[in-house]
Amino acid sequence: MSDTNHSSHKQSFWRTYIFSTDHKMIGLQYGFTSLIFLFFGFCLVMLMRWQLAFPGQPVPFIGKFFGEANMPGGVMLPEFYNQLGAMHGTIMVFLGVVPLAVGAFGNYIVPLQIGAPDMAFPKLNMASYWAYFLGGVTMLVSFFAPGGAANSGWTSYPPLSNIATMGQTMWLFGMVLLITSSLLGAVNFIVTIIQLRTKGMTFMRMPFFVWAQLVTAFILLLAFPPLEAAGVLQLMDRLAGTSFFMPSGLVISGQPLTISGGGSPLLWQHLFWFLAHPEVYVLILPAMGIVAEVIANNTRKPLWGLRMMIASILILGFLSFIVWAHHMYLTGMGTVISAFFQTTTMMISIPSVIILSSLFITLWGGSIRFNAPMLFALAFLPMFGIGGLTGLPLGLAIADIHLHDTYYVIGHFHYVVAPGTIFALFAGVYYWFPKVTGRKLNEALGRLHFWPSLIAMNFIFMPMMIQGLAGVSRRLYDGGASYAHAQGVLHLNVVMSVAAWALAIAQIPFIINLFWSIKSGERVKSDNPWEATTLEWSTPTPPPHGNFSTPVEVYRGPYEYSVPGAQKDFTPQDQPKV
Amino acid sequence: MMPDTIPYTTHERPDTGLYNAKIGIWLFLASEVMLFGALFSSYVLLRVGSTNWPLGHTILNVPIATFNTMVLISSSVTMVMAWASLKLNNFKKYRLYLGLTVLCGLIFLVVKGFEYNAKFEHHLFPSTSTFMAVYFTLTGLHGLHVIGGIIVNAYFLGPGSKMWFKEPERLTNRIEVSGLYWHFVDLVWIFLFPVLYLL
Amino acid sequence: MMSEHHIDEVKKSVRIYITVFVALAALTVVTVAVSYFHLSLVAGIAVALFIATIKGSLVACYFMHLISEKKLIYAVLALTVVFFFSLLLLTLSGHHNTITGTQIVS
Repeated sequence: MSDTNHSSHKQSFWRTYIFSTDHKMIGLQYGFTSLIFLFFGFCLVMLMRWQLAFPGQPVPFIGKFFGEANMPGGVMLPEFYNQLGAMHGTIMVFLGVVPLAVGAFGNYIVPLQIGAPDMAFPKLNMASYWAYFLGGVTMLVSFFAPGGAANSGWTSYPPLSNIATMGQTMWLFGMVLLITSSLLGAVNFIVTIIQLRTKGMTFMRMPFFVWAQLVTAFILLLAFPPLEAAGVLQLMDRLAGTSFFMPSGLVISGQPLTISGGGSPLLWQHLFWFLAHPEVYVLILPAMGIVAEVIANNTRKPLWGLRMMIASILILGFLSFIVWAHHMYLTGMGTVISAFFQTTTMMISIPSVIILSSLFITLWGGSIRFNAPMLFALAFLPMFGIGGLTGLPLGLAIADIHLHDTYYVIGHFHYVVAPGTIFALFAGVYYWFPKVTGRKLNEALGRLHFWPSLIAMNFIFMPMMIQGLAGVSRRLYDGGASYAHAQGVLHLNVVMSVAAWALAIAQIPFIINLFWSIKSGERVKSDNPWEATTLEWSTPTPPPHGNFSTPVEVYRGPYEYSVPGAQKDFTPQDQPKV
Repeated sequence: MMPDTIPYTTHERPDTGLYNAKIGIWLFLASEVMLFGALFSSYVLLRVGSTNWPLGHTILNVPIATFNTMVLISSSVTMVMAWASLKLNNFKKYRLYLGLTVLCGLIFLVVKGFEYNAKFEHHLFPSTSTFMAVYFTLTGLHGLHVIGGIIVNAYFLGPGSKMWFKEPERLTNRIEVSGLYWHFVDLVWIFLFPVLYLL
Repeated sequence: MMSEHHIDEVKKSVRIYITVFVALAALTVVTVAVSYFHLSLVAGIAVALFIATIKGSLVACYFMHLISEKKLIYAVLALTVVFFFSLLLLTLSGHHNTITGTQIVS
């Protein structure tokens, strides 16, 4: 009947591994690509941390490989430092975390959890991955453009970004590709979740992870286009000489600019943050989804207040669209509009706290299995908690006057994203690895990965808060060395840098574990090694083309753990009621 | 239903009453509303913040744009007629109407090309003023959407139309979906025309 | 394949399409004609946007069949409209509400 038939005939290497339309292969492609980008983005910041800890000293061993244009004599130039900063942010957010959380986990897990044979539009899914890949390549190649990569921060504020080197143009083209990829993905996810739920899979029986992905997809769908619009306008500014973001009367190096003028730099900030604040929730919602799955499974208890959690995530998604200007208190916005955004910002913390509290309460009275995925999921709770709570002072206009653009901001959002989201993603890797490969990741190496990472992360980001409270600005080339008020906290730069390099060492067990376990990990004895309830564990391991060997039907809610009177302490969703 | 076939590609899912592609295209159009909405918001903000903003008809050619509006409206009605023809099992009329739709799209682009050219000859470029920048960016992006629509419709006029003989309902759905996109492109122009030319 | 009842319905829709087309053409003439009267700026914007909204609604309701669409589509579009207006209006109010003694110059 349709050309999207998944008969199990043999396909060529290219169709199976490269131009695959199978959601699982695309998920793995996303996973590998984004993990590589995460590692690359982390390498950029490790370079920066040398300059921050030991300003002006040549980078040992590797400094000489970066060329005279970037590191003459191994000493990093300010221009290169700016490139590293801008690209670290861009790569981590748009090429690392989001593709891993949505592209990889969403693609692989969502169709399995709702009992679908694939995504609704498999070819679109493939196009989405390749648009992402091209966007990533564009970003990487931009390092070799004349003048290097984009160097105006990941926020690309004009007028600075308008007059920046060619790397900025490539950044914009890369972003357009990434936005296209996200839009295709978002359409696909929403249609899949709405249309392809199997028999009996009502909305209220969907696992929390699927809800998180649904809300995330809506955010991507509706928040990204304004940034695309902004990107188009900035491309016009840079390539066609328009002045959308260029006010009249700009003078650069003593020379008045010959432009028509009349543009508004604030316009960029509005359009950018209209995406970039909801983007924070794109980073955090799938992470919450993963953590919820892992916690329910390893406490052997249903999630406490699941309905309230679902309501919260919907409210969170909605409110995320009307808080963006809390990034802009210092732009000259008046008190009335500041008060509005301050209010919505305080409101949005409520659903976040409800979700976090529900997860904490779920732990209460559970007989917890402290395995590797659970350790990461448990660490997510306090780490995200710190990240969230330190955001509150930033959401208040008065406190923000002091804290704006300091290292406090950097500390705050890194707590949300690094030991928050990335830990949740690690939890997901450890949790779903047996489904993908049929083998478990090694537990001992998992612990060796977890504990040093947790400690190192806190030694990186907690000192940032201290520096920020002391008033040290972000994006300083010398880490504050030339500022009198920074002298008292300057030694922390060395602490943070050493911790950052320690964090890198802590990832070695993970990398070894990942490759070693694919071939030689402990084989799982059943399709459901964690004794979980959700549908992905009812498929063969690894799931074949088309996923389920027989039509699957759902009879119960997603987290029926330890049901009184049940035979076992878990009742899978597809087990019929007696 | 085979367990390994993607369901609801042709027929509606009972509880939503929709087939997959129809939700897909409406979601895509929702994102397009946000794209053009953001550009429209930028236009409003720039205009409100400007010290003097020219009236569109003092710079742009209203009669030509009125003609183009008519062309695009006509293409919209031929598009919907093409879909109705398939519903009435009249494949010949479908080809005729879809052909007219593609033709109207091409006429629109050619006229737009002449309009651009006339502006360039009068040394009016995107860099001339914020008004011209808005004009070229918005009509240019809209033009790209027209080109996209023409390519899709031309495909369904040519190789894509063969589906009629194997899966008529699926082709009818596809024409409905591409029609929804095409009407949206028309709808954007309906707002662009007064905003840029008349105000 | 198609029942008699359906065919009648489609034929009825075709008549509606033609009517809508005539209405769109007429409204285009009206909006251009009004622009030659040189109303005040505010009145001109109001009239032009009012006519454009009617035309847009006609296209959306009849050509795009929004008049008889499923709830799900309405929900998605309602959400989109809310977010569009929040982008437009909040951005604009940010422009008009500035810290006392300052103004946004472009």
